[in-house]
Amino acid sequence: MSDFPRWKYALVVVVLLLGLLYALPNVFPPQPAVQISANRGAQIDASMKDKVESILKQHQLTWDKIAISGDAQQGSKRLLVRFKSDDVQAKAVDALKNGMGDQYVVAPNLASTVPSWLRAIHANSMPLGLDLQGGVHFLMQVDQSGVRQRQEQVYVGNVRQLLREKNIRYVSVSHSGNGVVAVLRSDADRSAAMDAIGTEYPDLNISNGPSTSNRFVLNMQIKPDKLRELAQNTIRQNLSTLRNRVNALGVSEPLVQQQGNSRIVVDLAGIQDTAEAKRILGAQASLEYRAGIAMYPDQRVVDAEQKGIVPPDARLYYGKACPQGCLLSKQIIVTGDELTNANSGFDQQQGSPEVQVTLNAAGAKSMRTFTESNVGKPMAVVYIDHIPQTKMVDGKEEHSFKTSERVISYATVNGVFGRQFSTTGLDSPKEASDLALLLKAGSLAAPMTFVEQHVIGPSLGRDNIRKGVSAVILGLSLVLLAALIYYKLFGLVADIALVLNLVLLVAVMSMIGVTLTMPGIAGIVLTLGMAIDSNVLICERVREELRNGSTPHASIRAGYEKAWATILDANVTHLLAAMALMTMGSGPIRGFGVTLFIGILTSMFTSVTVTHAITALIHGRRKLKTLSV
Amino acid sequence: MEIFNHNSNVNFLGLRKISIVLAVLLMLGSIFIIATRGLNYGMDFTGGVLVEVKYDKPVDIGDVRAALTAGGFDRAVVQSLGNSTNLSIRLQPKSDPAAVKSDGKTDAERVAKDVLTALKVKRSDVALNRPPDFVGPQVGAELRTSGIYAVIFVIIGIMGYLWIRFERRFAIAAVVTEVHDALVTVGIIALTGREFDLTVLASVLAVVGYSINDKVVVFDRVRELFRLARKAEPEEVLNRSINNTLSRTIITSLFTAITMAALYFFGGPAVHGFAITMLIGILIGTLSSIFIASPILLWLGVSKKDLMPVSKDNPELARRP
Repeated sequence: MSDFPRWKYALVVVVLLLGLLYALPNVFPPQPAVQISANRGAQIDASMKDKVESILKQHQLTWDKIAISGDAQQGSKRLLVRFKSDDVQAKAVDALKNGMGDQYVVAPNLASTVPSWLRAIHANSMPLGLDLQGGVHFLMQVDQSGVRQRQEQVYVGNVRQLLREKNIRYVSVSHSGNGVVAVLRSDADRSAAMDAIGTEYPDLNISNGPSTSNRFVLNMQIKPDKLRELAQNTIRQNLSTLRNRVNALGVSEPLVQQQGNSRIVVDLAGIQDTAEAKRILGAQASLEYRAGIAMYPDQRVVDAEQKGIVPPDARLYYGKACPQGCLLSKQIIVTGDELTNANSGFDQQQGSPEVQVTLNAAGAKSMRTFTESNVGKPMAVVYIDHIPQTKMVDGKEEHSFKTSERVISYATVNGVFGRQFSTTGLDSPKEASDLALLLKAGSLAAPMTFVEQHVIGPSLGRDNIRKGVSAVILGLSLVLLAALIYYKLFGLVADIALVLNLVLLVAVMSMIGVTLTMPGIAGIVLTLGMAIDSNVLICERVREELRNGSTPHASIRAGYEKAWATILDANVTHLLAAMALMTMGSGPIRGFGVTLFIGILTSMFTSVTVTHAITALIHGRRKLKTLSV
Repeated sequence: MEIFNHNSNVNFLGLRKISIVLAVLLMLGSIFIIATRGLNYGMDFTGGVLVEVKYDKPVDIGDVRAALTAGGFDRAVVQSLGNSTNLSIRLQPKSDPAAVKSDGKTDAERVAKDVLTALKVKRSDVALNRPPDFVGPQVGAELRTSGIYAVIFVIIGIMGYLWIRFERRFAIAAVVTEVHDALVTVGIIALTGREFDLTVLASVLAVVGYSINDKVVVFDRVRELFRLARKAEPEEVLNRSINNTLSRTIITSLFTAITMAALYFFGGPAVHGFAITMLIGILIGTLSSIFIASPILLWLGVSKKDLMPVSKDNPELARRP
């Protein structure tokens, strides 16, 4: 054991045990299930569970397990029904969708069967990509230029108002192709305007344009920094809007992710109806400020909910701000069109989180009129998604909108205000930024278009898994056999290392949470084929050393030493190639690159350190005449 | 077990004129084929709409093409999905004017509907298999650009590493051979008309990674032999290096090829393109490791003194008598 220190044995044992532990969850295949979550006002409780059971019994569908999980406060409370097979799952989704009505969202799901003790140490199975479990993939393009133009329109209004306030006479302020253009009457007016605008709006680049005897032009452009910030905010807003909408679809573990500067990936597992998903994702949002009347547990709200007695000037609403329901006036104070900005921040006096809202002139006027006579009374914000619907009526397509409304803010009016005001009393900065995002989403959201769509059927997904696994097993077995025949005992040792390499690779991928895709599986197979290379190098070296007349022990030592330099160089260059694959966008190439990258690292460990440990253990203290290589 | 004679001493360098001429011809041929025939880019790169249809009874692809042409879809690419009833039809994004919306975007669902209408004129037993796939043309174009960046990144990265670890000539020889391998692999894909999609691009990059691995092993031996040999004739050293590593080169290639064959035969259509490209790449990479990389090294004039480790003046040694 002379040339293999004890701490290295310890390292090998510890790493391999951890690897086995974290690779283990992948042995438990996820189970088909149906997830039911509640919409507005509906409850998930024992009686609802009974209802689900009776519906399933009525359709003669047998379930495996049924359980309520999650937290009502966070809105993650749900009922999960597990089934033995996909057929039953599909039938159950249809039966429950019809039986539970609009109050509940019913969606197919894959439930983890990993034992709780493994999940407790954060050992989870690899999430499966869409190509392995079926679903739809969308890529959405956010219209950033539209955002810039709208911001410039806002500046047009603001500059006009500023010039009026400062008594600077102007011919016109208008929006041009790439900025805002003001035309003034004299050179003096122009420099006065430049100073005034420069102080008031530091985000604008201002420069003098061409001038004639009575037309002095001032050009204004939004600064690049500000534009970048604007673009980032836009994407954040759209991301949060999409996340909210995806939740409405009831998809389990949806992926909503930014890609580049202006694109968003949406992956929805288990969904097949692209038209429906696109309608909901592509909905248009709007906002309404309404006078609040009463909130649960006010008797009027209870009456409205239970007896259906709603005051003539009011309507019953639900939402995060009033989960149990509230009555709002039918009169709208201000709409999202009149909102020009919403930012989250902190109250300057108390330091508590708040959202500052800015309205345009028309909005400011209506708001002032309302607040003058309503101090101390509640005001609410309703967020509305307009989902386009197409129906066939008498053989003709008829377009209409289905709306989904929810109350996102319910607060008391503390004073008279107009153009600018803030909403306080929010629990956390997170809540404030969520509200600001929703306010912007309902008023200023950038339009999105679908630029990519990909549908993978559920049976294709299962088929892919089966084929992928058989390719891995077959590829591995063939290499194991070939190595054993060609290198005998050393081949056997390499074989053990190769199997451990697969275990480690899967473990690391599970720990990082790499999504397994078909190209990822191809990467695993390729890694297995190439991992053996290190052992081939070592074995060939040992053979050479033996031929040169070295003793068996010296041959092993020299073999490992000399091969190591080569293995390192070869693997580093290979890692470079894997890195390029990883950096290349998203999608299939990335999954493949990540797998290859991790695989090269784990293979360096298993095929050098692990085999050396095993070889030292076998040949260590014995006197050797020959080596089986 | 040993397949290769460990005392083999084949004069590979002696064949260098033939092998380099062949390599140059292959490269020129590949460029010619890629330039004239072009690559059959997949939808990832071109953008477009992919519609899958299913017939109740077997159908002739020619009939389907004819039906599409009659319906105004004259640039559609029709492919069979492994049997004679399921077909995929790929269309350019703007091939259906009725489906182009006012904002210039294409309504994929509408394209699918129109394609189905066109097909139903000839045969009524056809239906859509699933909702259509759609890729915007701009997405594809960006992907191509980032693909080119990735290739450049790999080449510069590998060159830099070899320059530092070995020497300039090795870096150049490796990169020239890399370009040859990638080019010929892509050339063969163009020749066979196989679809060039994202997974195939991934495997071309993997071929580059695999093949550089192979070259580095030979180069490593070249460096070692130069340093060991007292009188090092470059040609002889290079020949010995290739011969010494020959069995490793071929065994590793065989092992990797075995796994890729398993992937090809059992991994299903999703990885067909990947596996076949890897198999082609492994073959070319192996041959270029043996026949091309070392002659280039010889021509660049590699010599013993370029490879001796830079001996730092060690004060400890200097003080000794």
